Amino acid sequence: MAEILVLAEHAGGEVKKVTCELITLARRFGEPAVVLAGAGAAQGQQRCAEFGAARVYTASDAVFDEYVVAPTAELLAQLVRDKAPALVLIAGTAEGKEIAARLAVKTDSGLLTDAVDLTPDSEGKPVAEQSIFGGATVVHSRVTRGTPIVAVRPHAVAPEPASGAAELSPVSLAAAVGGAKITGRVVAQRSDRPDLTEASIVVSGGRGTGGAEGFGVIEQLADALGAAVGASRAVTDAGWYPHQFQVGQTGKTVSPQLYMAIGISGAIQHRAGMQTSKTIIAVNKDPEAPIFELADFGVVGDLFKVVPQLIDEIGRRKQI
Amino acid sequence: MDIVVCVKQVPDTAADRKLKPSDATLDRASVDGLINEIDEYAIEEGLQIAEAQREAGADAEVTILTMGPEKAAESIRKALSMGADQAVHLLDDGLAGSDALSTSYALAQVLRQIGFDLVICGSESTDARMGVMAAMLAERLDVPQVTLASKVDTDGSVIRIRRVSDDGYHEVEAQLPAVISVVEKINEPRYPSFKGIMAAKKKPVRTLTLADAGIDAAAVGLAGAATEVVDFAQRPPRQAGVIVKDEGDGGVKVADFLAAQKFI
Repeated sequence: MAEILVLAEHAGGEVKKVTCELITLARRFGEPAVVLAGAGAAQGQQRCAEFGAARVYTASDAVFDEYVVAPTAELLAQLVRDKAPALVLIAGTAEGKEIAARLAVKTDSGLLTDAVDLTPDSEGKPVAEQSIFGGATVVHSRVTRGTPIVAVRPHAVAPEPASGAAELSPVSLAAAVGGAKITGRVVAQRSDRPDLTEASIVVSGGRGTGGAEGFGVIEQLADALGAAVGASRAVTDAGWYPHQFQVGQTGKTVSPQLYMAIGISGAIQHRAGMQTSKTIIAVNKDPEAPIFELADFGVVGDLFKVVPQLIDEIGRRKQI
Repeated sequence: MDIVVCVKQVPDTAADRKLKPSDATLDRASVDGLINEIDEYAIEEGLQIAEAQREAGADAEVTILTMGPEKAAESIRKALSMGADQAVHLLDDGLAGSDALSTSYALAQVLRQIGFDLVICGSESTDARMGVMAAMLAERLDVPQVTLASKVDTDGSVIRIRRVSDDGYHEVEAQLPAVISVVEKINEPRYPSFKGIMAAKKKPVRTLTLADAGIDAAAVGLAGAATEVVDFAQRPPRQAGVIVKDEGDGGVKVADFLAAQKFI
């Protein structure tokens, strides 16, 4: 059975949910072999086993955390040459897509990004579903040259546990790789909330919050639901909330189970980043706001009345 | 310092964008084209770096590089009117249908020919949204990849940036020559002045064909692509949802919906 390489996203060996999703997806095509690069790599083995990884390649050399993208891409290229996998899956994050890009050049292979699903065709070859033009068009594409490389969006599939041997196989770079050196890491805002792109519920606030102070109600609602906080571009441009929380065309793309757009009109810029969410709720005082065209449930009203009442109601129902 | 800013003309995001049924490539003819928004930030950053270099007594020149049909000349004019010094337009019918892999090959061939100390790209385009070009160019040109910058500093030999991360930023540095990409937070692009618009008409624009740039015609265009579209369709519109007016119980109604959907 062919090996399917999955590049893990992890922090010191703590494997992220998106990686469990990719391993689940890999099982449709062959034997998942997870690549863990960087500090703590071997600690990720257990989690990979729980989702059906047959093998785990670990490379814990410091170089993977010291340089931007290039060493990880080279490690993958080396594995593609040595193991001839049938498919390489990488998380469709900004950095994941950069790694995929370099791997595609190194191996002269076709690259598909932002896949929201991946299914085998009649010959067992992967066909990616992509959602383009702000979600208005659905495209199915495939790779015609080299080893298919697919950058998959978080939430493409639900992670399904399965037992795997996760046989540990340490690997290292055959040649020195450098490039741009990471000299510092600065955490802008530490929070206990889930990652924006990983969260199953996202609560986003827009211009309607009126300012940094008004945005507080968005955070309160997010915390009541255990959700991540997002923001529209109007909010981050005005400095009401940090840039890294921006959802939209020029920000992050999210596809959670539930997306709540509060005080967001729903311009194409924003819709492009959230249109594929499973369920969408909107609260806006303007009944003509385009966000209502997408909403499964919408309330036309003052967010400063609706949201506090909702928070109280969630709290009350939790107690029952 | 030779600064090259890669610029892509894209269909207006406000227009009704479509793929062509004949070959599943982007229909660029039926909608207005404009400079990919983040590329304007890349141009602005190039202009600011060049200005700082000149103030420090060094020579600096900003060249705009674009690949695209004749229509893309409009975007070149805009970039020149913002203040770039010259432009190179890679224009050849054989390029139509190129995927990211072959586009990066073609651009890298031109970059090798014209030379550079610094290549600046926008982080992604509003049409394909792949976010891969700067990484591919760095790989092909074998220079450091200094990407997703929200802040850039350079003294002409070393470049330092803030690279946006999930929870903040990384400080990254590299030796020039290098390829960088910028995010929109980095600056506020200038509007072309009347003087700039007039001056742009006299600035040199070099047009290169595949042969001029030493590009293998078999490696680009639809035939050179390593990916293909199997099929595509307009997404069926979402089923109309329930929209209610807040009568003082809007919050309770949302909670009812959340409970019915098992979110609470």
